[in-house]
Amino acid sequence: MSITKDEVAHLARLSRLDLSDAELDHFAGQLDQIIGHVARVQEVAAEGIPPMTHAVPVVNVYRDDVEVPCLTPEQALSGAPASEQARFRVPRILTEE
Amino acid sequence: MTAELTHLTAAEIAAAVASGETSAVEVTQAHLNRIVDIDPEVHAFLHVAGLDALAAAEEVDRKRAAGEPLGPLAGVPLALKDVLTTKDMPTTCGSKILQGWRPPYDATVTQRLRDAGVIILGKTNMDEFAMGSSTENSAYGPSHNPWDLSRVPGGSSGGSSAAVASYEAPLGIGTDTGGSIRQPAAVCGIVGMKPTYGGSSRYGLVAFASSLDTPGPLTRTVLDAALLHEAISGHDWRDSTSVNAPVPPVVAAARQADVSGLRIGVVAEFSGEGYQSGVMARFNETVELLESLGAKVVEVSCPHFTYALPVYYLVSPSECSSNLARFDAMRYGLRLGDDGTASADEVMSITREAGFGPEVKRRIMLGTYALSSGYYDAYYGKAQQVRTLICRDFDAAFEQVDVLISPTTPTTAFPIGERVDDPMAMYLADLCTIPSDLAGNAALSVPAGLAPEDGLPVGLQIMAPALADDRCYRVGAAVEAALEQRWGGPLLAQAKGLSR
Repeated sequence: MSITKDEVAHLARLSRLDLSDAELDHFAGQLDQIIGHVARVQEVAAEGIPPMTHAVPVVNVYRDDVEVPCLTPEQALSGAPASEQARFRVPRILTEE
Repeated sequence: MTAELTHLTAAEIAAAVASGETSAVEVTQAHLNRIVDIDPEVHAFLHVAGLDALAAAEEVDRKRAAGEPLGPLAGVPLALKDVLTTKDMPTTCGSKILQGWRPPYDATVTQRLRDAGVIILGKTNMDEFAMGSSTENSAYGPSHNPWDLSRVPGGSSGGSSAAVASYEAPLGIGTDTGGSIRQPAAVCGIVGMKPTYGGSSRYGLVAFASSLDTPGPLTRTVLDAALLHEAISGHDWRDSTSVNAPVPPVVAAARQADVSGLRIGVVAEFSGEGYQSGVMARFNETVELLESLGAKVVEVSCPHFTYALPVYYLVSPSECSSNLARFDAMRYGLRLGDDGTASADEVMSITREAGFGPEVKRRIMLGTYALSSGYYDAYYGKAQQVRTLICRDFDAAFEQVDVLISPTTPTTAFPIGERVDDPMAMYLADLCTIPSDLAGNAALSVPAGLAPEDGLPVGLQIMAPALADDRCYRVGAAVEAALEQRWGGPLLAQAKGLSR
């Protein structure tokens, strides 16, 4: 079991990380070592054991349906890299094809 | 008087402010002076809010003069980890991607501190997005251990632990996901508590691994930790995983400080290879001490704890890869490469590449891998099942004993730079602290003495079931009282890393 540079490049693409070639090499070695260690969970016999997602057994948490103060548009946009007409302005999201 | 004010405990400061013996402004100014004096050496703070802190202190003094009621920590200064949002200060999470970001709202923890009259001095350094055990993953440079400035103060809450241990603040807030409160407390010779998961609110805590993240206190005494624990705890409707139950009686337990008749289990799995001899020597002494104080100590086996580290490095990166998707260069934080021709997708990739450091990138990719179709069952799915088995080990152990104990960390503070490019070596620092996070239990670290071979602090970890946080304080306070009697004062009095 080992992780290749091509697989790391694929993970980087999925993760939206524009990694350099040197980083791909560096991370491939480190991720291989870490995955080798965490793969130890596969040694454990866990047939029929329920998976645990959360420490607190709470479900369907609702608050009362009452109005509470919320951020103004100015506050919500206060950290935006760019805004226009009380909205977030973003780079183009569609291709021209 | 100024130097003395910085060396008082939080409980002593609050009493002195309440009685009028000193003022909150005087106390705050003394701590701000201390920060100016020594933070260039320690680098605990990323942002100091001197004027706001003095204004908050004036308000406490005004309330006292007007005869209005003051809380038990009113007028006491605090160092806040830079992962909790503050609307009047930047919140960077130790990352370039959030450099200069000012959140539009306060975290619940921040709000509760303000309501309690606690004086927030500023925001402390941390490993980027709380991923690390040394603060070396901060984009703003590491903090230094006040016992030896060439060593790490632990992490990820290392700025808060360094601030408290160097008398820049009597109180600190950290967050614990795999040990990020207890490990820095242990290696800095102070007290650190991870409350029961859901006991303290995650609202406004910038998420790393949502099923694990828990805010909690870093202090110089067990009683101060209990007072701060109480101040920040309790149900919060803004956090859907907040526990809707009474806060455990932690302050009363810290004052009780009595272990007679208590059943204490030593975790058999947390010893042997990888554990420094001086750490084990101090740990074994505390076991004898607890027996002499009337506790019944037995050895307990928790066989799945040996898989806690692999489980953690599947569960937490998986949650991280999902949580950190919010840093998309669109709504807040850094945006790079937006030249009018690049697509949103390209801008995201360029920004995240430049804005995240290596450890964050590693964990995002590791989580993306563990959650990929084809690998999900073998990694994330299996880790979740083993997480259940770790909880069952705790359940079985807590049928036999009231609390479990272990060393907090396998070694004392390591030199800056030693593990920074060896992720597996770094991860081992959290070997003993991770199980309580995975199970959502309460756990406390208290000073246990110095390792003879390097003269650096060792921590004792006390683990209790969920919502039995008070048991940690009961044991921790008893150990603290007995050891301080043996040492002739607090352990920190022996720290020699700082010239002042």
